[in-house]
Amino acid sequence: MRTLSIDQSVAMIPDGASLMIGGFMSVGTPERIVDEIVRQGKRDLTVIANDTAMPGKGIGKLVEAGLLRKAIVSHIGLNPETQRRMMVGEIEVELVPQGTLIERIRAGGHGLGGVLTQTGLGTSVENGKKHISVDGKEYLLEIALRADFALVQAFLADYLGNLSYALTARNFNPVIAMAAERVIASAEHIVPVGVIAPDHVVTPAPVVDYLVANS
Amino acid sequence: MDPQTIIARRIARELSAGMLVNLGIGIPTQVANYVPPGMQVFFQSENGLIGTGSPPEEGMAHPMLTDAAGKPVAALPGASTFDSAMSFGLIRGGHLDLTVLGGLQVDQTGRLANWTIPNKMVPGMGGAMDLVSGARRVIVAMQHTAKGAPKIVKKCTLPVTSTRRVDLVVTEMAVIAFPNGRATLIETGPGISPAQVVAATEAELVIGTEVPEMALAA
Repeated sequence: MRTLSIDQSVAMIPDGASLMIGGFMSVGTPERIVDEIVRQGKRDLTVIANDTAMPGKGIGKLVEAGLLRKAIVSHIGLNPETQRRMMVGEIEVELVPQGTLIERIRAGGHGLGGVLTQTGLGTSVENGKKHISVDGKEYLLEIALRADFALVQAFLADYLGNLSYALTARNFNPVIAMAAERVIASAEHIVPVGVIAPDHVVTPAPVVDYLVANS
Repeated sequence: MDPQTIIARRIARELSAGMLVNLGIGIPTQVANYVPPGMQVFFQSENGLIGTGSPPEEGMAHPMLTDAAGKPVAALPGASTFDSAMSFGLIRGGHLDLTVLGGLQVDQTGRLANWTIPNKMVPGMGGAMDLVSGARRVIVAMQHTAKGAPKIVKKCTLPVTSTRRVDLVVTEMAVIAFPNGRATLIETGPGISPAQVVAATEAELVIGTEVPEMALAA
């Protein structure tokens, strides 16, 4: 694990990169990293996340700045700006049921090719997907998702990169931390090794590549 | 009594002690206001919380303790938090006893459409498809008609949320179940006759000889 300044962390991300970003309606989204992406003006990004939050918050800032080419998300209902840009073709939006989205990411991070789920059967979600029958029950094959970078927001990070999370800010964060080529974590508090007890570590240090330093 | 209150108070009677329940936004959220005193019910928010309570008092909100709409909530004694994979494992894996969701249309076999109006309202399905496909029991909470047009229809004209049948539809006029895949009027709303329900419903309704009026939670 390397510790980087906020501008160095974001400088690593090339235009056109795919990013998994933690957060649920911006709760648990690494706002400092998002703000720096906007400042550095990264373009043509593909974002994989639960939602696009709302204007002015979290991923909503990337939408407003026109930095996204594609969003793979479960919900855009609270962000009229995403809907508007989707309607006029400025952003491609792939809508995925939330439980399917998180399992596709989990599969990507756990070395699996995909998952079988009954969610989406008989709906528009099944278009183009394989049906697989197991013990007489029908399932959809949903394939794994990975990304170039995972942008993770933790509550505590220790000097080695062990992470723990707070309350409902956990959401997608520990799952995306497993599913990207490079994992950039920021934390509310950076603490000495040992402050997070082994039983309370949710994301183990070897998974984290970079920790964003306090400014 | 306004329609939403009637619906919420009727659905509250479906709760029992120890249940794990997920409430959608809108009318479903109001069901939590009518849990019988002393009954412990676990409410899940799919963003990763069991033990969701009412919004906290002024000044007590925490930015990292929110419901699925991102609004501050309290966590009740015995609450737990977890990631989204666990949250949807609870929903799909047979651990969620009940979900209460809003509806745009329900057809006469019990299929629900509640996630999109093509070219008009495209918010994304969020957790709705997982909830309808996965919960042990699905109750739809909605007003009986929208601008006078029936919402309980022969066939959904809007895209369905799941092919799984819902268990119960509760409106201010009726409680409808779907035994053998046929919409069946099992209770009427306060002061409503079965004939009035039929007049406000497009679906063919099976009606027994005696249909009781719904009882409401206090």
